[in-house]
Amino acid sequence: MSRKICVRGGTLVDETGERRADVLVEEGRIVEVAPAIEPPRGATVLDAGGCLVAPGLVDLHTHLREPGGEAAETVESGARAAALGGYTAVVAMPNTEPAIDNAAIVRDVLALGAGVCADVAVAGAITVGRSGERLAPLAEMAALGVRLFTDDGRGVQDARLMRRALEYAGGLGVVLAQHCEDEELASGGHMHEGAWSSRLGIPGQPALAEEAMLARDLGLVRLTGSPMHFLHLSTAGSVALLRAARSEGLAVTAEATPHHLSLTDETVASYDPVFKVNPPLRTADDVLAVRDALVGGVIDVIATDHAPHPIEAKEEPFESAPPGMLGLETALAVAYDVLCTPGGAGANGDTGPRCTPVELFALMSWRPARIAGLDAAGGHGGPIAAGARAHLCVFDPAARWVVDPSAGASRSRNSPYAGRELTGRVRHTLLGGEPVVVGAEAQR
Amino acid sequence: MTSPGTTDAARAAVATARARPGTVAPASTPTARDDSASGARLATSARRHLLSVADLGRDGILEVLHLADSFAEVTERDIPKVPALRGRTVATLFFESSTRTRLSFETAAKRLSADTMTFTASTSSLSKGESLRDTVETIDAMGVDAMVVRHASAGAPHRVAGWVRASVVNAGDGQHEHPTQALLDCYTIREALARRRSGDAPDDFAGLRVAVVGDIRHSRVARSNVLALSALGAEVTLVAPATLLPPSLEGWPANVSNELDPVLAETDVVYLLRMQSERMQGTFVPSLREYAARFGLSRERAARLAPDALVMHPGPMNRGVEIDAEVLEGSSALVTRQVHNGVPVRMAVLFLLLGAAPGGLAAPEAPR
Repeated sequence: MSRKICVRGGTLVDETGERRADVLVEEGRIVEVAPAIEPPRGATVLDAGGCLVAPGLVDLHTHLREPGGEAAETVESGARAAALGGYTAVVAMPNTEPAIDNAAIVRDVLALGAGVCADVAVAGAITVGRSGERLAPLAEMAALGVRLFTDDGRGVQDARLMRRALEYAGGLGVVLAQHCEDEELASGGHMHEGAWSSRLGIPGQPALAEEAMLARDLGLVRLTGSPMHFLHLSTAGSVALLRAARSEGLAVTAEATPHHLSLTDETVASYDPVFKVNPPLRTADDVLAVRDALVGGVIDVIATDHAPHPIEAKEEPFESAPPGMLGLETALAVAYDVLCTPGGAGANGDTGPRCTPVELFALMSWRPARIAGLDAAGGHGGPIAAGARAHLCVFDPAARWVVDPSAGASRSRNSPYAGRELTGRVRHTLLGGEPVVVGAEAQR
Repeated sequence: MTSPGTTDAARAAVATARARPGTVAPASTPTARDDSASGARLATSARRHLLSVADLGRDGILEVLHLADSFAEVTERDIPKVPALRGRTVATLFFESSTRTRLSFETAAKRLSADTMTFTASTSSLSKGESLRDTVETIDAMGVDAMVVRHASAGAPHRVAGWVRASVVNAGDGQHEHPTQALLDCYTIREALARRRSGDAPDDFAGLRVAVVGDIRHSRVARSNVLALSALGAEVTLVAPATLLPPSLEGWPANVSNELDPVLAETDVVYLLRMQSERMQGTFVPSLREYAARFGLSRERAARLAPDALVMHPGPMNRGVEIDAEVLEGSSALVTRQVHNGVPVRMAVLFLLLGAAPGGLAAPEAPR
């Protein structure tokens, strides 16, 4: 990539803070960062006026559906959706068909990720076939660079097996990530159990189904000393458990999704399965607790849990439709609105949680990059400085747009924000110096 | 403030709405009593469907009951048929098995001179893998005017209503609602009260104490009846062990008792729900025997009811579990009357949804 690109007029946001500067990119790397750069001859100029220029976002939790679910998404289409959302790297979840539970499938998916619009890392399964019965070859997959392991879509139900997995992983320098759901407690539940499920006649799953497994696993971290990451935490009770674990000094990290920051179980009153997701949308109190946890450093990361499903799968009754929502293309706009916008949805009277753009991009870029090992492996997460790989997200916080899933890059349309006007949109995305998104349009 | 059942309401709950800073979602606690706002009258509103009793509100319920009075008279005639819906087609779509509800709707449609079509899941292309949407759109394309939908999943009729031109009547959706059952139950209570007072049927159930006994948690009949009875002013008490109550009763206009005995003497109507014995034993209750001992309306318990108390059951019944055979045969039991009244009440619902719709017969003939 010999092309020169000048990103002009934006406000840089990275771990070192916020400042007005232009960025000059050449040969895939940042070569100059200065308040006013005169673009060299032949350089492509990308207008970043009014925009935040941040290190590319990193998603720890993306379902790319390949292999096996190509009707819903492919590595290529999912990566394009990621780029449109400002992501330069995603971690592909292993609940594919077959599951990513051995080196051969890891290699396949990594190969599919070559040359797409975002860097694709792979999470491996903890157990063979994600069936929760015996350990998958973690070391074999770790040797290919897999850093995260999870049976996501399911939690590992067997406490003894989970203990062994943690002990075994401890020697490999990898992190096990849990989808916390006690399947006995959750059994048959299609939404959050509470006032709305009771009224709507939809069997619910209690918040305790998530919290019980989280509590068990925090104990296992204490017992084994191995680190863990907790996927899509969604309840006030989970936040309380995690807060206690943090003050105890346990080696744990956690993520929350944009939808659990912005939507409640009341949405299910429509009976539209676009609002069916696992863990389910919770109460307003839970939403506020999760926001507080992100702002207060109890939860480290915002991750999308981007979960495409083909149209027909969501045209079933609520109880028979599969859970999952799209997220990549709307995550930053929703999170910015909820956490950073004065008077935005996150404004909670005058005491509501607030975070600065630097804190928001920490949640969505450099912290997840570190958890996935994509800082060292791919140069993700910044900082924006001469010599660094040019993975950049240029976000216009004032742009207003209406979410139209049929116009998006994902092969699926199951966005809970369909038809809604959002404020804030990714204008440009640079992947290793290549402008993969320009003017909110994918370039390939 | 929102009317559950509409996508707009759901979308409005997305917390990115700016209109209400300080809230996560528009602050609406689910309240089972949902009257004026969404309770527009069937015939006069743009609402084409009957999906929930909450769609009706008090006025809508009374409109159905009053019209059912007229249709009840029709059903007593030598030729119990009026041409009110001649040329209209009513399809019954039963994705879950049922005999009485389907036959009741079909009888109602025929007595209004509508043509009827029957769809049952076992004989349909559903077994060939066709989706719910494709199935109902296919039937809609044949030009039906109303679809009477029963489905094992809550909200399925709401989804269907969003896909088709036809009016949709919820004939029971999962554990959610069974609106016409509640309407015929209210009609039956009203009729019994009129007979007792030998006067006009009352439109106000104020002071009437109704105990709904049994598996409230899984019961669509209970959900619709709580809405309907409370809308008419009755005082509803739910009687069940905690395992058979909904996980949350927040917003439900009802009292709760975990024992039947203390409630008996203070009850005007005992409404017994069916125990679905197959899945109940061992988890929700230790045994049907223990359930019957605590919550069954035995002869002894029935004797402690007020002399003119009414006994109801939506059927099908487990004799000896929810109710003793002897009690069932007593004069206080209205079970047969409930089934009987299902026809005129469903005639009223179909007429209100279809009779005034554009494109139909000019000025549908009022039954007389």
